Amino acid sequence: DKTRRNILNQLKAIVGQGPLNQAAVAEIEAALLQADVGVEATDYIISELQKKLRAEVTAPEEAIAFLKEILRDMLDQPLKESHKSSFAPDKETLNIWLITGVNGAGKTTTIGKISHLAQKSGYKCLIGAADTFRAAAVEQVKVWGTRSGVEVISNPGKNTDPAAVVFDAIAAAQARETELLLVDTAGRLQNKKNLMDELSKIRRIIDKKAPKAKIESLLVLDATLGQNGLRQAEVFSQAAQLSGVVLTKLDGTAKGGVALAVVQQLGLPIRFIGAGEGIEDLRPFSSYEFVEALLSG
Amino acid sequence: MFDALSDRLESAWKKLRGQDKISQSNIQDALREVRRALLEADVNLQVVKDFISEVEAKAQGADVLAGVRPDQQFIKIVHDELVQVMGAENVPLAETEEQPTIVLMAGLQGTGKTTATAKLALHLRKLDRSCLLVATDVYRPAAIDQLVTLGKQIDVPVFDMGSDADPVEIARQGVERGRTEGINTVIIDTAGRLQIDEDMMGELARIKETVQPHETLLVVDSMTGQEAANLTRTFHEQIGITGAILTKLDGDSRGGAALSVRQISGAPIKFVGVGEKVEALQPFYPDRMASRILGMGDVLTLVEKA
Ligand SMILES: Nc1nc2c(ncn2[C@@H]2O[C@H](COP(=O)(O)OP(=O)(O)OP(=O)(O)O)[C@@H](O)[C@H]2O)c(=O)[nH]1
Ligand SMILES: Nc1nc2c(ncn2[C@@H]2O[C@H](COP(=O)(O)OP(=O)(O)OP(=O)(O)O)[C@@H](O)[C@H]2O)c(=O)[nH]1
Ligand SMILES: [Mg+2]
Ligand SMILES: [Mg+2]
Repeated sequence: DKTRRNILNQLKAIVGQGPLNQAAVAEIEAALLQADVGVEATDYIISELQKKLRAEVTAPEEAIAFLKEILRDMLDQPLKESHKSSFAPDKETLNIWLITGVNGAGKTTTIGKISHLAQKSGYKCLIGAADTFRAAAVEQVKVWGTRSGVEVISNPGKNTDPAAVVFDAIAAAQARETELLLVDTAGRLQNKKNLMDELSKIRRIIDKKAPKAKIESLLVLDATLGQNGLRQAEVFSQAAQLSGVVLTKLDGTAKGGVALAVVQQLGLPIRFIGAGEGIEDLRPFSSYEFVEALLSG
Repeated sequence: MFDALSDRLESAWKKLRGQDKISQSNIQDALREVRRALLEADVNLQVVKDFISEVEAKAQGADVLAGVRPDQQFIKIVHDELVQVMGAENVPLAETEEQPTIVLMAGLQGTGKTTATAKLALHLRKLDRSCLLVATDVYRPAAIDQLVTLGKQIDVPVFDMGSDADPVEIARQGVERGRTEGINTVIIDTAGRLQIDEDMMGELARIKETVQPHETLLVVDSMTGQEAANLTRTFHEQIGITGAILTKLDGDSRGGAALSVRQISGAPIKFVGVGEKVEALQPFYPDRMASRILGMGDVLTLVEKA
């Protein structure tokens, strides 16, 4: 799509000095909407930009730099208070990362990638296979375990209670002085009350059985998602006490713009991005890269 | 953000009230609200633009029916146009005279192809059509296991050649097996692929070329955003689709992707997935989908009664 590809050049041509003209607003609006940023967040971004441009006369290049800054600020906001620059499990203590999300988002694949990374970085790692529902879900996560050289705790019975698997996995992790336990959960749509209750129960068991562990609760969002992503983040946040987001499938042409609204409205930082189906295709999140990609069509 | 369109339009209506015709000047606010609602429902921006200009043309000068407020009538015009774009009525799955009917499933990663393959087989079995499922996803870990497990659940045979074989060859031999065994319909599950992945799109094109399917169904996640238009366009241009299946409609997404898929490909949406279980497949009904995209229902019944 040509219009998208040259968005920055087009913007330079139509962003005049001072407040944005109608054509420039339309152009920025189109770029953001087409990236799934959503109507509300788009309105916010444009009004922030207008505010700045009304306050001072700026060259087009600077206006674009402002726009990028607004976007990056939105994304970096949740991390403003923390002093750590990188996101990693603590050594020599039990970290439990609960991986959640709707069906097919990329949870299991992300676990495979993280376990590989953790293993390579010298962590003692373990995977809990708590998707006891979907056909061949346990077999799938076991393949990832083999690939990364990480053991998988599962229950061979059919339709067993996922909370029981989590319980067993924590017990195993504690017995082996595991540093990172990754918990794979079944995909669930956020409007299914019973499934969300099941997730809350899993979270409670983790809190209770491992009170000293450092717990991260990550929501996996598919970059192809539209505005439902925001709803997902709201409801999963309640059920699983989310602490962050993983954005997958960014190797496609979808921009994952809904993540902006998720970060802004729920204050959840994006921790990793998935950019492929391979074991190495996981990267730490960078607001700079994300914003450049968002606006580059 | 999930407010019904009817509520959202409230302020726009004030201009329409007390007037006996819908005109270009009194309709602008209402159109703007519809545009917003469609974007919030994830209809692709370009599709929204085309749709809005179509609605504007249709609404011009429409006489207001007695007993119906112009605002309600306007909603009906929008709704009817949506239904029309999405294809007035349900189109069933192809069945060829010479067996087997061959169905090829395609789509992005994680949309629900493998699940839909099993669902479709169960649906056909209930119509007394025998099925064979073909497992060509040699890439995703345990993808073959997944299809085999689902096949067992519904008592439908699955053809596979393990994960070291060539997907094109698996598809060819699978269809051959269906033919010799007198199977009514062969459904070929494929690996998920990005529409910009040239190698994988090339593979899909070769599968299609080799087995000459009667149906090529694009499986689209109903939660998909703006990308629905791009992916549909590329799959349609490079592979050619005859229909689509919209999955995960048991969620609370507004499902605007449905409009984009239909508008861009012109191919009908044939089924919707409404759950993880193999029974959870339904025919696609454009009118229900239209109400869902607009986040409404009650207003329509009001207009219908008048
Ligand atoms: N292109 C691409 N595909 C991905 C990425 N992450 C996951 N996938 C693919 O998406 C599909 C679904 O991934 P899974 O890891 O099984 O997703 P899940 O969330 O565990 O799915 P359920 O457990 O069924 O809910 C698979 O085909 C993966 O290979 C990514 O970053 N890029
Ligand atoms: N709630 C719900 N879940 C669905 C539906 N259809 C599929 N799923 C779930 O979505 C996830 C992905 O489904 P799959 O059938 O594995 O998707 P796929 O397209 O074959 O995935 P890849 O082969 O990895 O590309 C699984 O967790 C399914 O159970 C549906 O209609 N509703
Ligand atoms: Mg999984
Ligand atoms: Mg599959």
